[in-house]
Amino acid sequence: MSALFIALTILLTVAMIGAALVAVLGKSMPIAILSAGLVSLLASVLFLLLAAPDVAMTEAAIGSGLTTFLFFFILGRVRGGEHD
Amino acid sequence: MIRKFAALLLLAGIAAIFMGLLFTYEPDPELNTTARYYAERTAADIGAANIVTAIVVTYRGLDTLGEVTVLFLSAAIVGLVLASGRRKKTAKERTVTPAGELLATGSTLLAPLIMLLGVYVFVNGHLTPGGGFQGGAIIASGMLLLLLTDPLKHFSHTLIATVESLSGILYVAIGLLGIFLAGGFLDNRILPIGTLGTLFSAGAIPLIYSLIGLKVGAEFSSILAHLSETEEL
Amino acid sequence: MALIAMAAGFILILIGFYGALTNRNILRMIVAFTVADTGVNIVMVTVGYLRDRTAPILDNAVPAADAAARIIDPVPQALVLTAIVIGMGVTALMLAFAYRFYEKKRTLDITKCTELKW
Repeated sequence: MSALFIALTILLTVAMIGAALVAVLGKSMPIAILSAGLVSLLASVLFLLLAAPDVAMTEAAIGSGLTTFLFFFILGRVRGGEHD
Repeated sequence: MIRKFAALLLLAGIAAIFMGLLFTYEPDPELNTTARYYAERTAADIGAANIVTAIVVTYRGLDTLGEVTVLFLSAAIVGLVLASGRRKKTAKERTVTPAGELLATGSTLLAPLIMLLGVYVFVNGHLTPGGGFQGGAIIASGMLLLLLTDPLKHFSHTLIATVESLSGILYVAIGLLGIFLAGGFLDNRILPIGTLGTLFSAGAIPLIYSLIGLKVGAEFSSILAHLSETEEL
Repeated sequence: MALIAMAAGFILILIGFYGALTNRNILRMIVAFTVADTGVNIVMVTVGYLRDRTAPILDNAVPAADAAARIIDPVPQALVLTAIVIGMGVTALMLAFAYRFYEKKRTLDITKCTELKW
């Protein structure tokens, strides 16, 4: 049980750091935004493992759901500006 | 180049502090005094099964009022920043490709169900994980689905503002009732506490959390509507 | 397990700060800030975690009588709940300002913002 939890935590951690690196260093803006959403989604699974279901729900609904769409609304309005 | 070097130097300093914090961190073997008080007294004093809800709504209710105010301010400023001095384009001037059959049919089926789930989440906030903030975000997600189906859809800002301000006023009014009928501001014992684990328990917590849920849902919807009503530049 | 999660939170904060400091595009800076935000939340939740304990919800499995010996610290969770919601409000605010900036300057490069330079 405990070994499984630790393995899952390490897996989530590696995936989160990979997604965060893509979000910060990647060339394409839409992929960066989606990676930031992915970091939030993986973080919400991590919160569930850390016995915080309330926080996991909030992070999944707000951090990875609504925030990603806010970015895409603005990204759609500033076409041409994302390569500066 | 020098800019990147300075940034890396700063990050190395922060990383050194973090390493110090991480390697000297010792998890507590027991709950600390505050947490122990909440764990032992919540069932008798508040009657809510979810202790996080008891802390957010009652023990630290004033903080939550402040938080909702901050959220209201940021929603209001988003509206102010995006709306100042702009000519509103009418729907005819903007052309969008219509949504596909699948999205149109799916949204008419799913949007009411999503709203219902949001209401369920905040009404049961004192029993299960979830509550006003999560429920409000789920309601706003339902609004988002409607906006994705028809980007030209114009939500009634008057309705959103009315729901938002009414629930805010009622929230503060219930808090004030706590001063007169119970122990203090935002005390939940103005209604009977009931048995632990049933829907009508925990005094005024379901009522207060539902109002918070409506307020947060209205604020998120207003942010979404404002951002989606911006024009392409 | 808590230490691994805490290290992940710290690394996310560092990655977010690096992105915010080195990028010139204001939209990318905001993305980096949301990553750092997630990292801070993970660190705060981890501080409240205690080994071999369960979530702070009372039911048949966790009766109220021995709750103090069975649950983890609920206070950091309540704080993080607040922090996530405020974080979304702040992100929306930053995005609104980015939109106005693009409208004025037709670019998202913050080095083009020279009004306060001398």
